[in-house]
Amino acid sequence: MGKTFAEKALARAAGISEVSAGQVIDARPDVVLSHDNSAAIIQMFYELGVKRVEYPERLAIILDHAVPAPTTRHAQNHAEIRQFVAEQGITHFFDVGRGICHQVLSEEALILPGQLVLGADSHTTHSGWMGAFGAGVGRSEVAALWATGELWLRVPESMRVILDGELPRGVTAKDFALRVIGDLGADGGIYMSVEFSGSGIAAMSVASRMVLPNMMAEMGVKNAYVTPDDRVFDWLAPRLARRTGRPVEECRAEIEAGALYPDPDARYAAEYHYDAAGLEPYIACPHTVDNVVPLSEVAGTRVQQAFLGTCTNGRLEDIAAAAEVVKGRRVARGTRFLVIPASSQVLQAALERGYIQTLAEAGAMIGVPGCGPCMGNHMGIPAPGEVTISTANRNFRGRMGTREAEIYLANPAVVAASAIKGAITDPREL
Amino acid sequence: MVTRGRVWKYGNDVNTDVIFPGKYTYTITDRREMARHALEDLDPNFASNVRPGDVIVAGRNWGCGSSREQAAICLKEAGVGAVVAESFARIFYRNALNNGLPAIICPEAVAALEFGDAVEIDLEAGTIRRGDDVWHFPPLPETALQLIQAGGLIPYLKRKLGR
Ligand code: SF4
Repeated sequence: MGKTFAEKALARAAGISEVSAGQVIDARPDVVLSHDNSAAIIQMFYELGVKRVEYPERLAIILDHAVPAPTTRHAQNHAEIRQFVAEQGITHFFDVGRGICHQVLSEEALILPGQLVLGADSHTTHSGWMGAFGAGVGRSEVAALWATGELWLRVPESMRVILDGELPRGVTAKDFALRVIGDLGADGGIYMSVEFSGSGIAAMSVASRMVLPNMMAEMGVKNAYVTPDDRVFDWLAPRLARRTGRPVEECRAEIEAGALYPDPDARYAAEYHYDAAGLEPYIACPHTVDNVVPLSEVAGTRVQQAFLGTCTNGRLEDIAAAAEVVKGRRVARGTRFLVIPASSQVLQAALERGYIQTLAEAGAMIGVPGCGPCMGNHMGIPAPGEVTISTANRNFRGRMGTREAEIYLANPAVVAASAIKGAITDPREL
Repeated sequence: MVTRGRVWKYGNDVNTDVIFPGKYTYTITDRREMARHALEDLDPNFASNVRPGDVIVAGRNWGCGSSREQAAICLKEAGVGAVVAESFARIFYRNALNNGLPAIICPEAVAALEFGDAVEIDLEAGTIRRGDDVWHFPPLPETALQLIQAGGLIPYLKRKLGR
């Protein structure tokens, strides 16, 4: 019987030749990710009575959730983390303003295809875009990982989602992800490993691929996997070379050699096929991500805030799509348009290409790279009764800080068009 | 290990944002204070009326969304004796056991139990009782029982590491 990606990746992470779905293994992750929550993890770590992190070089700590610090309490939190990082000799530390943890992990080539990342963040599934195994765990577990370097995991069953054909104009990876979540439900992939493949996936840019495993957290999956190819290796190689000072060619060969692919006769619990040509722009309506309808059904809904950013859709191609929509137009009166690049690299690239200029001219506000108001910390909290359209991955009640606010999720061009009109709008009709 | 209390019943896909709002995640670090906000955005009556041993009974996918561990901690600190659901989001499930909060999968009991019912749950025997009604669930694995007994992963690991 062939092996799925999850079975191969977890066998590697456990250092054993073969594992099967259902088996419990002790995994040794290549990267252990945490962010602003590191301060709470530090407390737990010291409660264990341990003095030193077992493998400091495997930790990645990125400050992104409330940056720059909105309150003294948050600032103190950050300060405690900086002190711990210095004391423990943690080299992969990225201070406020560098970007959102999942984006930075990719840009710094800290995680590579075939590797395992466990993180104290539910969207750690994100790294599946390159064919890595990424799964979220709790804070106690990250403290345990810092102390021991290993954690038990159950090898998940796998399902496949195949996208064939070419996406129509104005339809993006975000729409595809929303459609899948709408079809299968918030628990449609519970406890599963989801493998994406097909010609529609292969045609996607790296930035678009990142959307898929990121969004899959909203379907309850343990991890998600996108088949890695040349596009992925070419994107990662110069980044790994920059970080390590090694030749690009050597890095590329190493990255490619580490990639894992499921066997053709691997066992899947379920398989879903989509024809790209049949997809359209979708919207997730309040207050659950699986409450998905075609955009046309909610077009015209008034919005007071449009938010473009987050680890889901805060990349250069997302900002480019928004800039194209707003060029020569103005944000509607009574609507605020907030744009927050996912990282400092994205911000710089968007500046160089003039997108930031275009967005600012249209009346958009530009924020510091980070999570922004995604989880209700600061910088764009809606008032009770207000409606936000956002490129984020979650629209739960209270998510952006206010229980009585509504959040609609959409692709970046739709969010930009809605900012211009002050109501949910299909950019193709502008 | 036996827990006794009243049932608080909720539906499907209850996410961690309504169990413990994200806006508190970096500002509230005291566990007692976390308990005061338990289920704040789902059921404002819960935190002030929950009694030690009470049981949360819910539908599918309890605890979906953010990985925030406070969602499990605030329930544990509020005195919740167990969460019984049709299914759990995987990170919540791990967080619950890692904080000594029993997470039990038993769809039959979920279908039958109502808000306010008095129940008794025996973790080793794998039973949920309401008067003469009894439902069975697969007894928790040995490690899970040890985690619950120790009060969570941190105290459990501390002992194991011999500190
Ligand atoms: S952008 Fe939002 S979803 Fe992504 S890591 Fe930050 S808070 Fe989480």
